[in-house]
Amino acid sequence: MIIADKLTKRFGDFTAVDAISFEVNKGEIFGFLGANGAGKTTAMRMLSGLSMPTSGKAIVAGYDVYRENEQIKRNIGYMSQKFSLYEDLTVKENIRFYAGIYGKSNQFIKEKTERVLKQLHLSGEADKLVKSLPLGWKQKLAFSVAIFHEPRLVFLDEPTGGVDPVTRREFWHMIYGAAAEGITVFVTTHYMDEAEYCNRVSIIMVKRIDALDTHKQLKKTFSASSMDEVFLKLARKAVRTE
Amino acid sequence: MNAVEVKNIKKKYGTKKSGVTALNDISISVQPGELFGIIGPDGAGKTSLFRILTTLLIPDGGSASVDGFDVVKDYTSIRKRVGYMPGRFSLYQDLTVKENLDFFATIFNTSIEENYELVKDIYSQIEPFKDRRAGKLSGGMKQKLALSCALIHRPSVLFLDEPTTGVDAVSRKEFWEMLQRLKQQGITILVSTPYMDEAGLCDRVALMQSGKILSIDTPAQIVASFAKPLLAVKSDNMLHLLSLLKQSEWVEDAYPFGEFHHVVMKGEFKEEIAASLSSETSAFEVLDVKPNIEDCFISLMKEANEQ
Repeated sequence: MIIADKLTKRFGDFTAVDAISFEVNKGEIFGFLGANGAGKTTAMRMLSGLSMPTSGKAIVAGYDVYRENEQIKRNIGYMSQKFSLYEDLTVKENIRFYAGIYGKSNQFIKEKTERVLKQLHLSGEADKLVKSLPLGWKQKLAFSVAIFHEPRLVFLDEPTGGVDPVTRREFWHMIYGAAAEGITVFVTTHYMDEAEYCNRVSIIMVKRIDALDTHKQLKKTFSASSMDEVFLKLARKAVRTE
Repeated sequence: MNAVEVKNIKKKYGTKKSGVTALNDISISVQPGELFGIIGPDGAGKTSLFRILTTLLIPDGGSASVDGFDVVKDYTSIRKRVGYMPGRFSLYQDLTVKENLDFFATIFNTSIEENYELVKDIYSQIEPFKDRRAGKLSGGMKQKLALSCALIHRPSVLFLDEPTTGVDAVSRKEFWEMLQRLKQQGITILVSTPYMDEAGLCDRVALMQSGKILSIDTPAQIVASFAKPLLAVKSDNMLHLLSLLKQSEWVEDAYPFGEFHHVVMKGEFKEEIAASLSSETSAFEVLDVKPNIEDCFISLMKEANEQ
């Protein structure tokens, strides 16, 4: 679903992402972990067709990031760290707006809206303004909106930051559901326990990928008992830039 | 005298009809020199509480004092003696590192030299970049500068609002080590965080959710009050395993917890659950585990929601 080969991004003489290479398989939940300022967001922006790489290759959902970035945008979903729905629109209006942007038919939108709201137990709130919903519900709604147009791949940038522990788990349950439907999930997080919910995890410390494997194998390789320990061991090894 | 005394504080935003209750009858006492954690997700009311205690917001009901001064009547006295690091980076991006620190020192009628000892541990790490503009610093360095600025007037109580949110695991660890050293200097510290694993680093914590306090105690005591047996279970199909566990008659609650699922049992039914799983799933493992703060939070939160 994603093939990145020596993907690099420089801003002036500052290298934000330094020749990262990896592949993400179809239907996989791929965790993208890393230190602050390691280049996670920049890498994600390149892969989602929002930022042009300086050098290297990347194919996302079968499209080239240099020449076919518009097709990429149409075939992916994206949910940012900050809540990304319109607070002054109702739940239903938000869904309609996003699905409309992706060119979905009225028929499709109408039918799927009902189904999605039912799954989220939000049928009663369909005509309420999004700003009146509790944060946990908003995050779950934002995720449903990000995959409403049935993309082949969804990018989630710290979707669970600040969310309570119960909702955080419900959110991961939704991620599993999406993966079971064949949507490939690319997710960043600062919660190390969430790394264990991914099929494979990559860790990027300073602009480069330092480790990429299943969490089981990573723990074995670094003789660590938890992903937290793997992360700390890698960080101590990495040359900190600050 | 307590360093911070909060009694029945209430705060509501918006109109009567469609308002949000940010703080619903909150009471907390923090002793001098304590490192006190306010642990809770977004929307718990952490920031509202900090803004009331730093006199930036007036409560709708109840009373609160810091160092014996009332947060409404004596707000000028409080402002002189507290340090506040808001959740969002709020230093001057266009001033250099040193200019920012100078600025905050001057406002409080002091100088960097006078209180250098107090901030030395933290400030020395960013001093090599003292002529760089604050806006050009990395996240970790901004955080260190903000903490230095909040400390430069030697406050008696320090309020840190989510200093580690969005910060990676390594920087978080370093930050907490800095706080432990500050505590040695006798400063009372109130720190809020959405990360449950940070609770163990505080002397006492208040677990908060939706404007209410779920529990206030030492981390050890909170964990000790988790009354039910807890198991950790894993198999090669975790999703299937979770639904099996949730259906089981022995199980009170089951939820993913890293590599395992944590299972809150209705009683000592470890053998029974192992036996029933062996007929349904393969390669499973059942272990006794000690609960941590996150387990306690989940259980308290579900209890509160049921009421």
